[in-house]
Order: sequence, then structure tokens, then C-alpha cells
Amino acid sequence: MATIETFYDVMRRQGITRRSFMKYCSLTAAALGLGPAFVPKIAHAMETKPRTPVIWVHGLECTCCSESFIRSAHPLAKDVVLSMISLDYDDTLMAAAGHAAEAAFEDTIQKYHGNYILAVEGNPPLNEDGMFCITGGKPFVEKLRHAAEGAKAIISWGACASYGCVQAAAPNPTRATPVHKVITDKPIIKVPGCPPIAEVMTGVITYMLTFDRMPELDRQGRPKMFYSQRIHDKCYRRPHFDAGQFVEHWDDENARKGYCLYKVGCKGPTTYNACSTVRWNEGTSFPIQSGHGCIGCSEDGFWDQGSFYDRLTTIKQFGIESTADQIGMGAAGVVGGAVAVHAAISALKRAQKKTQDKVEG
Amino acid sequence: MSDPHAPPPEALAPDTPRLTGDATAADLESLRRRTSVYVYEAPVRLWHWLNAACITILIVTGYLIARPLPSMQIAEAYDQFVMGYIRFAHFAAAQVMTVLFFGRIYWAFMGNHHARQMFVLPIFNRRFWHELIFELRWYFFLESEPKKYIGHNPLAQLAMFFFMTLGLTFMLVTGWALYAEGAGQGSLPDLMFGWLIALVQNTQRLHTLHHLGMWAIVVFMIIHIYAAIREDIMSRQSMVSTMISGHRTFKDDRPD
Repeated sequence: MATIETFYDVMRRQGITRRSFMKYCSLTAAALGLGPAFVPKIAHAMETKPRTPVIWVHGLECTCCSESFIRSAHPLAKDVVLSMISLDYDDTLMAAAGHAAEAAFEDTIQKYHGNYILAVEGNPPLNEDGMFCITGGKPFVEKLRHAAEGAKAIISWGACASYGCVQAAAPNPTRATPVHKVITDKPIIKVPGCPPIAEVMTGVITYMLTFDRMPELDRQGRPKMFYSQRIHDKCYRRPHFDAGQFVEHWDDENARKGYCLYKVGCKGPTTYNACSTVRWNEGTSFPIQSGHGCIGCSEDGFWDQGSFYDRLTTIKQFGIESTADQIGMGAAGVVGGAVAVHAAISALKRAQKKTQDKVEG
Repeated sequence: MSDPHAPPPEALAPDTPRLTGDATAADLESLRRRTSVYVYEAPVRLWHWLNAACITILIVTGYLIARPLPSMQIAEAYDQFVMGYIRFAHFAAAQVMTVLFFGRIYWAFMGNHHARQMFVLPIFNRRFWHELIFELRWYFFLESEPKKYIGHNPLAQLAMFFFMTLGLTFMLVTGWALYAEGAGQGSLPDLMFGWLIALVQNTQRLHTLHHLGMWAIVVFMIIHIYAAIREDIMSRQSMVSTMISGHRTFKDDRPD
């Protein structure tokens, strides 16, 4: 572990003076609400604590997680990659390629065995022995198992690694499988979204480095600080929902007024993410703000719930594309009709019996 | 020992002044043969009607939550609360229904024998299955006359068990899990039913299940109301008034 740079080493290398470094430690202590006595402790930790090595692997995915990650503004992705973590292997971002890259991969696994964080973007397809995703000449699932074996913790980036995403959509021909169903013996943090918000990604990494532990997770293994509330709960259009003011059509007056998108299929009420608070692209906007409903991309199975523009889920088990309302009304109609027929027959039978009774009586 | 159901001898006399003037001899004969049993105690009847009211409110408001009313412009958004009131009515009725359901379970222990019938299925009782088939035959017009029952007939008991005991439990559990979403993590509904959210993973699915459950209850209501009225007319016993007075009256004095 001695060979890896500490935070202090990196800061000095980037031209920061010792004086500035001590100022930074004082400010950090103040920001965390700690007394002056903690300043030397923070300085000591920064001087001695090695940066956490990270291996970032890519399975079946579209790289949208990486695209999102490099756009982080707070903290800047550059600061995360260059100062905070030691990103030793990421086949998309690293300069090395081919055998050099794979050598770095093996090197990191051996050198920091049991101490590195494994970040997984995408998921392994399991059908045909994993042949649907080959990286470095091997099925990705083998690479994943190999890298996971010595990892301290695993971060599942995005809907792919967390839930399967579109490549796992029914009937899932490649059997794309989320990471936690392949690796079952390591702590896994799910950071779902397609992609996750940049600041959420860097926020999770920053938390793990600052406190040297996993952030608090909810029942589904997502960091509570970003995924404990629905987009609906913090949506700036929520007053229009409560008022009953909805966009009925994409081109109507209500759409121009910025009313609630509930009726045109917004999945905000069932989606747990920080979009309505953190927003995207340095807090510029998020889907609902730009006038389109949320598609629920950070939810398990969002790709198999029917149209993004319907409020009710399509239920495929009934053969045709139908919703709960169509099925329910159908059932109620059939039962109602049956009841009416039954009532008519009952009345006839009763009349018949009365006549008979009269004849017999 | 004299027959306890037999009216006092003076009531049988056609010209007794104690009876209303329009009673015919046939009426009096009928009166002698009719019997009644106190079946549904006051808490059961109260639960039935309040529960029915809650379910009606829940169905109407629940449908409007899934398919809201046409967008309306009464006032500025901060002065208008249409969806808010609909959701409030839904949540309030659900909370009342929850309390009532617990009260009903309590009464199953404290009340009479018939208060327990809704919560159990005597599947190991041969007579139950035999009479279930008989009741089915009655509904398929294969029997000319139904049997008499003090409580529910086996078919009704089956429906009550699946649609009310299990059905209401399903709606309460899924409903509270959905409520936990808004109440937030760590809230009481979340601690109680939040596990269901993790179980179905995507609460859109939970909404769909809750919505299908509503339609199951609608179907039950149609059958329940029809069967109650039909049996009131065609069977040998009272139905509708029993849930008002608690007394089951019979139209003949044959034992079976």
C-alpha cells in the first residue's frame, strides 16, 4: 500500500502549498462542524491515508453512466479522478489500451487485493456462457467475478448493473443479469438511473472516501441520501398535481403553462431519484422541467411497464395489451351481465314455480 | 315443556284485539311457523355498513386518483386543491377502514359464533363441501329449493373469505405500502409495510396490483348485492333485513 499516493502527495504535486493545505484542513473541519482540535487530525489523515484504488469495468451497457460521470460539476469529475480516487483501471477513460490495459487491471487486483472498490457499469449476460459480452478476449462475467473476488465493495452504476435495464427486457435473450445476482458475497451499492445523475455518482464516491464506509442504504441497496424520496415528492410542478391541473395533450394550453404531467404518463410518483432536487448538467434542468414526463429510469423494470406515456401499466399476461382498468371493467361487465341474465332466469323460474303451485294447490 | 316458538294461544284466535285488524287467518298461521335467530350482533352490523361506505368512497376516489378528472382551472394552483381533496378522502376512508377492520377482527374473538364465520374456511368439514356443491347447484337452477342457513351459506362464506378477509387485507397492505411512499422512509407506514415496496421493487407494479384489487372488490360488490337481494326474495330466509336488525327470520318451520 505504501506505493500509492496520499491525498497530501497529490495536492502537493498539483502545486498546492503546505500553507494552503493547512487552510483547507481548517475549512474542512469548520464545514463539518468540528472544533480546531480536529484540524491536525484531518491533516494527519490526508497526509497518511492512501487514496482508494478503483477498478471500473464495463459490461453490457451504453456508456451513458461514464458520459454522465465526466460531467459532474460538484465535485468536478477531474478532481474525483485525479485527486480523490486512484482510478487504476477504466477501459473507457484510461489512456492505455490492449495488453497494457489488461496488465494494469491484473496489477491493481493483485497489489490492492481486498482494498479496492470495484465500480461496475453494465451487467453480465449469462446465456451461452456469457458469450454475448466479450471484453479483453473473455466473457465479461468471468472478468467481473475475477475483479469482484478481491474487492472491498462494489458500486453498481446505473440501471444496467443495478437492475438489468433494456438489455434485460422481456424475453431477455442474452439473460443480462444485474450484478447483485451474480456477485452475492460482497457489499453492493446500487446507484440506479439511466444514467445516474453525475453529482449522485461523484457524491457516492466522495462519501465513501471521506468517511471510509458505505453510505446508508435503503432496503433495495440504494444510498438513502439520493434515493429516499420520489421525484414527485420534490417536483416543482407538484402544486398543479394537488390542484388537479394536468397536461391533457402535449400541445395543449396546459402544457405551455407547465402543468402536471401525470396524465401523460409521468412516472415521477413511482420513481425514487434526486432529479427534482439535484437536477442535471450543473443543475440546469431535468426531464419534467423541460416538459417531458419522467420515464422512471432509476426503477427496476421501468423498461417493461408499457408506454412511457400511459399512467396505467400495460399488463401483458392477458395476451393483448391491456391496463388494469380494461381488465377490471371487462370483468365487472362480464359479471354484471351474468348477474342480469341470472336474475332474469331466476324471475322466470319463480314465476313458473308459482304457476305450478297454483295448479297443484 | 311447551314449544318455545309457539305463540301464546290467544294470538291464534283470529279476532283477538292484540293483532292489527288486517291480519288474516293465513297470516296468523304463517306467524306461528316463522322463527327468527339473532345472528349479527350490533358491532358486526355497524362494521358492515361503515365498511361498505368506506369501500364506496375508496373505489370512487381511487379510480379518480388513477384516472384524474379533466384538468380544471378554478383558481391559481395555490388556491385549488381538487386532487388533494380526492386523495385526502381516499386516505381518510382507508384509515377508517383499517381501524374498522381491526375492530372486526377483535369482534371475531369477542362476539358470537357467527362473528367468526368470515375469517375461517372449514375445508376439512365434509358437510361444508357437500353443501357448497348443493348451493352451486341452486345457483345453476338445478335445485328447486335452497337450504336454510343461520349464518352464511358455504358459497357466501367462500366469497367472504376470499374477497373480504383476504381481499381487504391485500388492499390494506398494498394501500399502506403506497401510502408509505409519501409518508417517507422511517415513518410508521414505511416501517410496517415498506418491505412490500422492496419486494415488488417498482412501485408502479404495486399501483397496478392495488388497482386490480379494486376491480376484484367491484366484482364482489356486484355479486354480493345481487345475491343478497335474490336470496331475500327467493330463499327461505331473510337476508337484507338481517344485516339491519341482526335477526334471521325464516319463511317455513322445516328444520333443513
